[in-house]
This record gives sequence, C-alpha cells and structure tokens, in this order.
Amino acid sequence: MHRFANPARFLRMANAVLPYAAAAAAALLAAGLWFALIASPPDYQQKDSVRIMYIHVPSAWMGMVCYAAMALFSAMALVWKHPLADLLARATAPVGAAFTFICLVTGALWGKPMWGTWWAWDARLTSMLILFFLYLGHMALANAFDDPARGHKAAAILALVGAVNLPVIKFSVDWWNTLHQPASVAKMGGPSIDPSMLVPLLLMAAGFKAYWLMVLILRARAEIAAAKVHTIRMAQVHAAGQGE
Amino acid sequence: MSRFFEVVRRDLRLALRQGSDSIMVVTFFVLTVVLFPFGLGPEMGLLERVSAGVLWVTALLASMLSLDRLFQADYEDGSLELLVMTPTPLAVIVSAKVAAHWLTTGLPLLAAAPVLAVLLNMHADGFVTLMITMAIGTPILSLIGAIGAALVLGARRGGVLLSLLILPLYVPVLIFGVGAVDAAVQGTPSEANLLILAAILAAALPLAPWVTAAALKQALE
Repeated sequence: MHRFANPARFLRMANAVLPYAAAAAAALLAAGLWFALIASPPDYQQKDSVRIMYIHVPSAWMGMVCYAAMALFSAMALVWKHPLADLLARATAPVGAAFTFICLVTGALWGKPMWGTWWAWDARLTSMLILFFLYLGHMALANAFDDPARGHKAAAILALVGAVNLPVIKFSVDWWNTLHQPASVAKMGGPSIDPSMLVPLLLMAAGFKAYWLMVLILRARAEIAAAKVHTIRMAQVHAAGQGE
Repeated sequence: MSRFFEVVRRDLRLALRQGSDSIMVVTFFVLTVVLFPFGLGPEMGLLERVSAGVLWVTALLASMLSLDRLFQADYEDGSLELLVMTPTPLAVIVSAKVAAHWLTTGLPLLAAAPVLAVLLNMHADGFVTLMITMAIGTPILSLIGAIGAALVLGARRGGVLLSLLILPLYVPVLIFGVGAVDAAVQGTPSEANLLILAAILAAALPLAPWVTAAALKQALE
C-alpha cells in the first residue's frame, strides 16, 4: 500500500489502468443497457416500468459502496497519514453524492406509478436521504478551512462517523416494515430474482463500478496536477522574492 | 475521575458567571414553540397531534444553537491547548465538557418541556414518556453535537457548517424520541422506541468523546 504513496508511481499505474477502466465502463454499460431496455422481459405486474430498476438499484449500491470506500480511504489517511488515500476519499465523495442523488430521483420516478407517491417517509428512503446529506456535509467540511490539510482531516473523521448509517440503510427494510421492498439480490439463500433480470442488473452494476474507477483516476490526476501547479507557483513567488 | 469533576465545575462556573447561554437556549426553545400555534392556527386538535414533533424538533435546534460555544471560547483563548496537554486522557475531558454542556442546556430544556407540552395541548398520557425521551435524548444531542463542534473549530462560517454536519446525525434521535411519545399518546407500548433511544445513548457515551478527542487533536495540530 505504501508503494503507492509516491504520486509519480501512483500516476504511472493509474494511467495504465485508465484506458481499461474506460473501455470496461463503455462495454459493460452498453451491454447492460441493451439487456435492460431490449433483451429483458417486462415485469408481469409492473410492465416496462420495472426497467427503472436497472438504473435505480445499481446507483443505490454505488451510493453505499462509494461511502464505504470513502470511509476506508479516510481511515487509511488518518491511521497511516497516507496522502493519496486522503485524496481518493475526497475524489470519491462527489461521485457517491451524484449516484445517491440519481438513486433518489429514479426512486421517486418509479414510486409515482407503483406506489402512487413520489416520496414516502419510509426507513430505506429516509436513510438514503441522510446518506446524501452526509456526502454534502463531507464535501462542505473538506473545503471550509483556510488550511486545506485541516479540512481534509476533519472530513476524514466525519466520513468515519457517518459510516454508522451504512448498516442502517442495508438492514432498514428488515428492521422496519416499510413500503420499500426487502432485499432480493444480496440475501441468505441466493437471489430471488429471475436470471433474465439479474443479468442486466449485475452488468449495469459492474459498469457503474468501472465508471467510478475511471472518474476516480481522472479526479485524482487532476488533484495531483493542481498540487503540482500550486507548488510551482509558490516556488516562483519565492524566487521572485529572492531576486529583489 | 477528580479531573472530570474539576472540568465540569470549571465549565459550570464559567457558564454561570459570564453567560446567559442557558437562558438564551431556553428562551429560544420557548419562543420557537410558541410560534407554531401562530403558524398552524390555534386549533387544539391539530396542536395536540403535532406537539411531540414540534417539541422535539425545537429542542434539537435549541441544543444545536449552543454547540458552537462548547469548544470555541476555549479554542480562542488557548485554554483548550492546555487541556489537551494535561496527563488526563482527552476523552475524559471531552466527556466532562459535554456533561457541563448538557447541564447548562439539556437540563433547562427538560425543565421547560412539560410547560410547553401543556401549551401545545399534549395528551396527558404523553407527558411521562416525553420527559423520559428528553432525559435520554438530550445527552445524545450534546454528545453527537460535540463531534461537530470539534470538527468545525477554526472553519469559515462554522455555525452554518455545524448544522449541515450534525442535523443528519440527529435524525435517529428525533425519530425514536417522537415515536415513543406518539406511541404513548395512542396507548400503544413505547418500550421499543425508548430502548432503541437508550441503546443509541449507550453507544454514543463511550464513542462520541473518543471521536471528539481525535477531532480536537487534529484541530490543534
């Protein structure tokens, strides 16, 4: 792990991975969309509106996976003071927030025809909304200080505190009797969903993961470049001061 | 342990001598609750229905208002650095400061709540449960709030940021606090909600001061 604390080495590896991640994202999303929109059967009850699931469920998973990854990166940054873990945690936050937002919006669009309401104060929906606010708080805190390093550490601690919400989201449908349906993929005794629908779901989920990897590398690269520019500017200012 | 009580005594003395903090918190609580009958209309049935939620939401906001004073004054005059340097574990000092904060803000809220419940026409069955939920819930608010207060030390616009960080974490307390009171008013058992609230307190009591101590240490680096 500490091998990659060196930004140059990290960048070499990241640049090597980037084209594969981008290609995987494009291929998986194309295949997933084809299966989701054309090759999979409509639901016997929900008809074609079941196809919202192929966006809704993978983005919900992404919202949680991104937060878990952010908490893990934050723990690494706090324990080992790993500079890149910190950077990756901050690069993940907007991606996770976006996916959580997509999940909430598609959920509302799906809820209107199926439940008859855009929004219900149900445990799963509420805990997902809290997750979205946690992302916003994390991003606001990371940028709230004049000394960036101070904000990054504070945000890392907040990310770890907010992680208590993850098991609440996962088990909210089991602990409370709610409108939202219980788990049908990741549960004891195997998935209770037909393979014709499971395949596009998993393809989309894998596509979203690859997309995240791609965006993460792009954002990390941009952050490292910004840090370099900052250092060069400071050196120039210093040199100008020496010359006088 | 003696250090714990020393810090509590110090904070209480400071609060009593210099501050009208706890009076302001209670005044805010009372005024905000009194606004609701104006906003919703004085219809007694409606007020009775919303009383538990209104009391809990306003208590939560009132306790949040006083949070930025928890570490800010000590941070500005440097005494926080001295407290961190004492041989006593920082988590113990944090617990003492949280205890003092609860005594100066949570306890007055607890005292004001039944009077306001009368004003909102709460059903008599809900009173005892309201007091129990507030007694369990307000320390949780202080404990979780301390994490936020430590995280935003030295931030720009710390107050607004604090609410963005802390309010999402306050939601479970609100849900189970109001749930217990509503259950009691409707005559159904409220034990489940009370027990979950107590479990949150039992988890927050050791964990929150520990996290707060970590946040304070990095604020003073």
